[in-house]
Amino acid sequence: MSFVTIFYGISFYVATLILFIGVAYRIYEYSTIPAPLKIPTPPAPKTKPLVAIRIFREVVFFESLFSATKWTWLFGWLFHFALLLAAFRHLRYFTDPVWTWVSWEIVQAAGHYAGYVMVFGLFGLLARRIFVDRVRYISNPSDYLMLILIISIAISGLMMKWFHTDIYAVKQFFIGLMYFSWTELPNDFILLLHLSLVLLLMIIFPYSKLLHAPGLFFSPTRNQTDTARDQRHISDWAKSLESKK
Amino acid sequence: MAVKEFEKPELKDYSPIPKLVVEATSHLAPFKSKEEFQKSLGYPGELVENWQDIALNKMGDLLKKYRSLRVYMDSCIQCGACTDKCHYYLGTKDPNNMPVGRQNLMRGVYRKHFTLPGKYFPKLVGAIDLTREVLDDWYSYYHQCSQCRRCAVFCPIGIDTAEVSMAAREIMDSVGVGQKYCNEIIGKVHKIGNNLGLPEPALADTLEGLEEDVVDDIGVDVKFPLDVKDSDVLLVTPSADFFAEPHVDGLIGYAKVFHQAGISWTLSSHASEAANFGMFIGSYDNMRKLALRIREAALELNVKRIVFGECGHAWRVAYSFLNTLAGPFDFLDPRYPVPQHICEVTHDLMNKNVLQFDKTANDDKIITFHDSCNVARASNMGDIIGGQFSLPRDIIKATTNNFYDMEEETIKEKTFCCGGGGGLLTDDLIELRMKGAQPRMEALKRVIEEHGVTHMAAICAICKSQFSKAFQYYGFELDQIISLHNLVGDALIMNKKEL
Ligand code: SF4
Ligand code: SF4
Repeated sequence: MSFVTIFYGISFYVATLILFIGVAYRIYEYSTIPAPLKIPTPPAPKTKPLVAIRIFREVVFFESLFSATKWTWLFGWLFHFALLLAAFRHLRYFTDPVWTWVSWEIVQAAGHYAGYVMVFGLFGLLARRIFVDRVRYISNPSDYLMLILIISIAISGLMMKWFHTDIYAVKQFFIGLMYFSWTELPNDFILLLHLSLVLLLMIIFPYSKLLHAPGLFFSPTRNQTDTARDQRHISDWAKSLESKK
Repeated sequence: MAVKEFEKPELKDYSPIPKLVVEATSHLAPFKSKEEFQKSLGYPGELVENWQDIALNKMGDLLKKYRSLRVYMDSCIQCGACTDKCHYYLGTKDPNNMPVGRQNLMRGVYRKHFTLPGKYFPKLVGAIDLTREVLDDWYSYYHQCSQCRRCAVFCPIGIDTAEVSMAAREIMDSVGVGQKYCNEIIGKVHKIGNNLGLPEPALADTLEGLEEDVVDDIGVDVKFPLDVKDSDVLLVTPSADFFAEPHVDGLIGYAKVFHQAGISWTLSSHASEAANFGMFIGSYDNMRKLALRIREAALELNVKRIVFGECGHAWRVAYSFLNTLAGPFDFLDPRYPVPQHICEVTHDLMNKNVLQFDKTANDDKIITFHDSCNVARASNMGDIIGGQFSLPRDIIKATTNNFYDMEEETIKEKTFCCGGGGGLLTDDLIELRMKGAQPRMEALKRVIEEHGVTHMAAICAICKSQFSKAFQYYGFELDQIISLHNLVGDALIMNKKEL
């Protein structure tokens, strides 16, 4: 077993733990902190199924962002949608036998071209950060680095199309990790770069603004029903004020 | 301290997004609250010695009490979608008045003290220590936010800067740095029952005067009852309605509606204030105590319904929070929602044909309507989605012949704040108020030019006061701002009821 294989094998275990435990812990935190008052923004639905539809529309279409700024919406939406398609394509590395729908030509091809769309969207977002004075003002180094990191992941991924990598061995490696019977990881520079950057992204996810992903589902302005007059909405800590009367 | 001269913004036909000017309004901050007022609300009188520790503790506490604050501190992607949505940014050009800029004043401290990357790589993620300068920035810029929530409508995550401003103000109060205007007023309500500190005899006197005025005016004996037990309705209205122009014409309008509909009603001297400034300072506790006065009054006067007059943030607290803060209201008539807005009452009576209007009485006016931010973005009316927009408009259309809306981007859930909400309606912030009014004034100017609009109707006491000032400042006439129920009162056909 080569050093590279052992290093990446262990790193992926660690990063996966950090990612899943980290995000699960955040979700646990968010779900246990009370929202003591009703603060939904209009148009606020009255029932939970309608709230679910509202969140669905935010997640899938970025509706609020669309009404705010068309350029950010365009770049942001293209990036996220392309990311989803690329993720579908990648499922073939983690399923054995490959799920039927993942192996469809259309899913694989879409996932490949999505890589280019991702890069386009990300450069658009980067350009806004650099050229729009208001966005430049609020940008910290981490905001630029985050974009550069994801751009680098996308480009290094696309480069493997051009420089030959033994994709089959890569798949064996990941399947091996999943079933605890390790195989060798090919020692290709581009591949290792791609994987290293992905590892980094996984590790910083629960500590960064990438938390906007779970955050949206817990945002009281979007996930509350508008039923303030019908029911009391009292949190535990507020209840204790009442007994002090 | 005299307020410094400042440059008057020019009202344009088209409103471009201004280039930012760093520290354009860093000199603006409201007067600080005096020791006695701080103490009466249970806060330290002046900046305490170990204020940093106390502030950070308080922040940690709020992060555990309010999911909004915690999720919003974590989730901002710094995408910039909100940067041109705040009327204070548009009016002042100060980047700390961009909603995300304002949030970042707290988010920097949050990252430094509550997150790992902020602790170990502060420069990388913009983490900052809570220094004296940062506290001063907080005081300045968290009092340049009217908590209008326009930013929250546009943010892809729904981040509500008002939640952050409220938390910041509460943290500052907890270390002894309070705002004079808000805290003095809250003190008055706790002690006397209304924002103005108007005691019961003076209030009774004022109401008697109003009765005489109305009789002289229309020859109908419309009553303005105070503390009358067993009335059907307890009316809770902003105290400005008792004497300020154009508010008082709204109060006369409500009285005429009740009179004509034959609904017995009363005001209460114990709860003679609809406004609840506890919300502005982010204090659940103060907000709750103020809300309880209304419950007490309703019990004491043995009423069946609670109705709120025209006031924006009061309606937010009433609609969205009152049941939670001071409920349950199971002792009231279950056929009516608790509480109701006066527009809901009027609208309902209008639909049942209990009220009839002579629209021509308002033919001297061409009306537009200002959606007050707290009504538009933090409440509802009529229990239908968008009712807070349609009910007032229905009433205007039923009472006048000429109504035109301002541009879509400036009304309904995208409405611009008047510039004086959120506890900023004080003369020490006049520069901010006038600059913050600019986006609304521009939209108004355009609807005037296009449709010859003569009057803007509003349903908020703060809006009405703020516009009285801003209209004069920007070259409109003082009396072009009117109460919605002024239109109702003028058009209502009295004493011809067919029930
Ligand atoms: S729109 Fe929301 S996520 Fe974007 S910068 Fe503003 S507050 Fe942050
Ligand atoms: S709540 Fe209103 S005033 Fe405050 S930052 Fe948002 S848009 Fe500006």
